[in-house]
Amino acid sequence: MSQDLYITNSVLIRDSRVWKNEMLIFKNENEVTFSKFLKAIYRHQELKYPKFFKMDGLSKLGYLATEILTNGEIQNKSTALVFANSASSLETDEAYAQTIQDFPSPALFVYTLPNIMLGEISIRHQLKSENIFFVSREFDASLFIDYCRVTFQQKKAENMLCGWVDLHNNDYDVFLWQIARSGGTDFNEEELKKLYLSTHE
Amino acid sequence: MSDLHTELKKSIIEQLNLEDMEVSEIENDEHLFGDGLGLDSIDALELIVLLEKDYGIKLTDPNQGKEIFNSINTMVDFIEKNRTR
Repeated sequence: MSQDLYITNSVLIRDSRVWKNEMLIFKNENEVTFSKFLKAIYRHQELKYPKFFKMDGLSKLGYLATEILTNGEIQNKSTALVFANSASSLETDEAYAQTIQDFPSPALFVYTLPNIMLGEISIRHQLKSENIFFVSREFDASLFIDYCRVTFQQKKAENMLCGWVDLHNNDYDVFLWQIARSGGTDFNEEELKKLYLSTHE
Repeated sequence: MSDLHTELKKSIIEQLNLEDMEVSEIENDEHLFGDGLGLDSIDALELIVLLEKDYGIKLTDPNQGKEIFNSINTMVDFIEKNRTR
């Protein structure tokens, strides 16, 4: 089955840099905060989506990576979303918990689930498709492979957008890729790990 | 434009993360929701929090919101009449 599925493109965001299809496309020269780094990517990509500024950090990462990966357009509206991370929405959960003692923030509360990020991506691209969010200790290539294969076998999707979008204590690690039945790199554990680790020394 | 108009616009920009928007770009009689400033339901909740936090006003009747949050002018008018701080 693996030979029938292919990784068509990928994006990585880590260490103040952004790669698309293994090519460095953006690098922050100066050391800036996490929030300013995200804003710098937004400006660099010349995006126009004011809702971006209202999102929490996790959704901003998912949104930015998706825009870069898809050039701002997901043509197939039934593209399934399969995402995972290790910290769930802990970053926003903690921020919200701090506001409870004073005035609980509605704007933070609505982001206290990791799959809200999938909602933001779906709203942006008007997707009405399957989506799932896993929480695992670390990037687990086999989890993605198994789930995606089954979903394709059951004909629940023809295209998939997958992502590892992790954020905690302002440390972020983002890896997005698309899968289809033709074109690109073989979708198997070895290739997926190779792509994920491609920026590691 | 009164100090309260300016103060309120600054608070709204900051509280609702309206990046790239200047105080001068918000008209006093512009609709805050819908086709005006384009705020949404979560923003409405944030405005309720803002009224309580900054001006000590607790909204008891949610139906009041539609009138109060119509524009900066209606908000200023309501704050001036009901503020406790």
